[in-house]
Amino acid sequence: MMFAFTQEDEKKIEKIIGRYPVKQSALLPLLTLVQRREGYISPDAMKAIGQKLELSPAYVQSVMSFYTMYHTHPTGKYIILFCINISCQLNGADELMQYASEKLDIKVGETTADKKFTLHREECLAACCGGPMMRVNDTFYENLTREKIDQILDSLP
Amino acid sequence: MQILLKNIDMKGLTTLKVYERQGGYRSLKKAFAKKPEELVEMVKASGLRGRGGAGFPTGLKWSFLAKDVFPRYLACNADESEPGTCKDRELLEKTPHLLIEGIILTCFTCRIEKAYIYFRGEFQHIADLMDKAIEEAYAKGYLGQNINGTGFNLDLYTHLGAGAYICGEESALLNSLEGRRGEPRLKPPFPAVEGLYGKPTVINNVETLCAVPWIIGEGPEKYAALGTEKSKGTKLVSVSGHVKKPGNYEIVMGTPTREIIYDLAGGIRGDNRLKAFIPGGSSVPILTGDQVDVPYDYESLQAAGSMLGSGALIVLDHTVNVVETTLRLASFYMHESCGKCTPCREGTRWMWQLLTQVQEGTGTQEHVDKLLDICDNISFKCFCPLGDAAVGPVASSIKNFRSDYDELIKKLQGSAVTA
Repeated sequence: MMFAFTQEDEKKIEKIIGRYPVKQSALLPLLTLVQRREGYISPDAMKAIGQKLELSPAYVQSVMSFYTMYHTHPTGKYIILFCINISCQLNGADELMQYASEKLDIKVGETTADKKFTLHREECLAACCGGPMMRVNDTFYENLTREKIDQILDSLP
Repeated sequence: MQILLKNIDMKGLTTLKVYERQGGYRSLKKAFAKKPEELVEMVKASGLRGRGGAGFPTGLKWSFLAKDVFPRYLACNADESEPGTCKDRELLEKTPHLLIEGIILTCFTCRIEKAYIYFRGEFQHIADLMDKAIEEAYAKGYLGQNINGTGFNLDLYTHLGAGAYICGEESALLNSLEGRRGEPRLKPPFPAVEGLYGKPTVINNVETLCAVPWIIGEGPEKYAALGTEKSKGTKLVSVSGHVKKPGNYEIVMGTPTREIIYDLAGGIRGDNRLKAFIPGGSSVPILTGDQVDVPYDYESLQAAGSMLGSGALIVLDHTVNVVETTLRLASFYMHESCGKCTPCREGTRWMWQLLTQVQEGTGTQEHVDKLLDICDNISFKCFCPLGDAAVGPVASSIKNFRSDYDELIKKLQGSAVTA
């Protein structure tokens, strides 16, 4: 499928580029714009971004592949990032992530069949005083229990 | 003594109106009446040290800016990713205007006209909040052209990363901000000489910049009167792990760690025994429970064999096998290694492999010896401090908790093992 920026995108992009004295700084903001809208970044999108910023698609890909928040394949409507680093792990994060995995009937790293949820383990998300926690799209959910996980996931439209 | 967390939970503090009502932005008038050179000396005199993890004297860092080279830039490091650390997030979410005020003061002092707040990518919702606060500051005339009629101009923007712990390292952050892979740069030259786009750049942690308004407003002598000989002022400590009341607590430097854990954080869960604590975030050496009386300041923690680091105090009770914790951290550093230099890229993976074997009961004393050997081949031999950070938990856990390793290795007794 061909990727093209919309008119609304073009306005946003102009504003973004205007923030920096050097155009290349807009690379992560543009990758993020596409990731958030499409759920992943296709080779076509990489080309389109490259054209906007006068960067080769290969360069765009090399930068994109460095960062964990960019995906090359479609992801679920909700991306669940489950923190398993030290402070959360000390407070039972492993068991709760296992619970979430069983509840959604997918392994960590997979997406549910209805494409609603993708579950990933994640490194420290700076919520250490409220662990165990998970980030679902842009929302942090802290002090998790099995009941809270049920409540949160069941209530997402 | 509350400087940063004063009124932190006040309703509406994220808005300029309420922030100003509490005395916010009052320091600007004082600062604009002084010369930038005076202001640098004030910050030097306060004794403020970088609160991100390195603890470098802030005023001194600013004074390294290449003279007469313009334009200059400021990058605020809001990439908070050191395991155990959540203090910057609290400041960003609850008092964004405090950071803006600190940035304005710093930029006026350092003659900077363009500043960026580099947020870790997972802080999208916090960056959105900051955008609103920045908009309010522009509307009030605290940002933009000719601020307060001084002729000083400043534009401030938010910028998001996309998931990479290494981007908290200042030179990697600058590379990322330039639209590159977040790999660190060779230093020297330091950012103050050649930073963003090759120009002189000030780069400071969120908490560091948030301390500047009080220093300018109340005077550096008052700040320096708090704390110890080499650690002035207050510090936000993120206390987490096996404590009853995890949270961010602001302490005067030099407060005994025991007081932080047992008074502020309510003591150990279940009133269990304190086995170990990591005083300053995952990258610093782990200490034993009986070292808990160490004063919480840079010099005392260093003398005790660890570091103050980011100020993340992680508490472990007697139910923990330290090898398991060390393995979890080894996995983290392996993931986050940028891959640029061999000792870190190969060493972090190798340490993870060996620790996995020990944890799973197939480890030997030779594996532990090898771990120490690898630590030695990483230490001070990597391109940036991430390698040294990875060594922190491994070398110190073997030194201070050898019995935890021995216990797991004993499981092999009786089996023939070849290396």
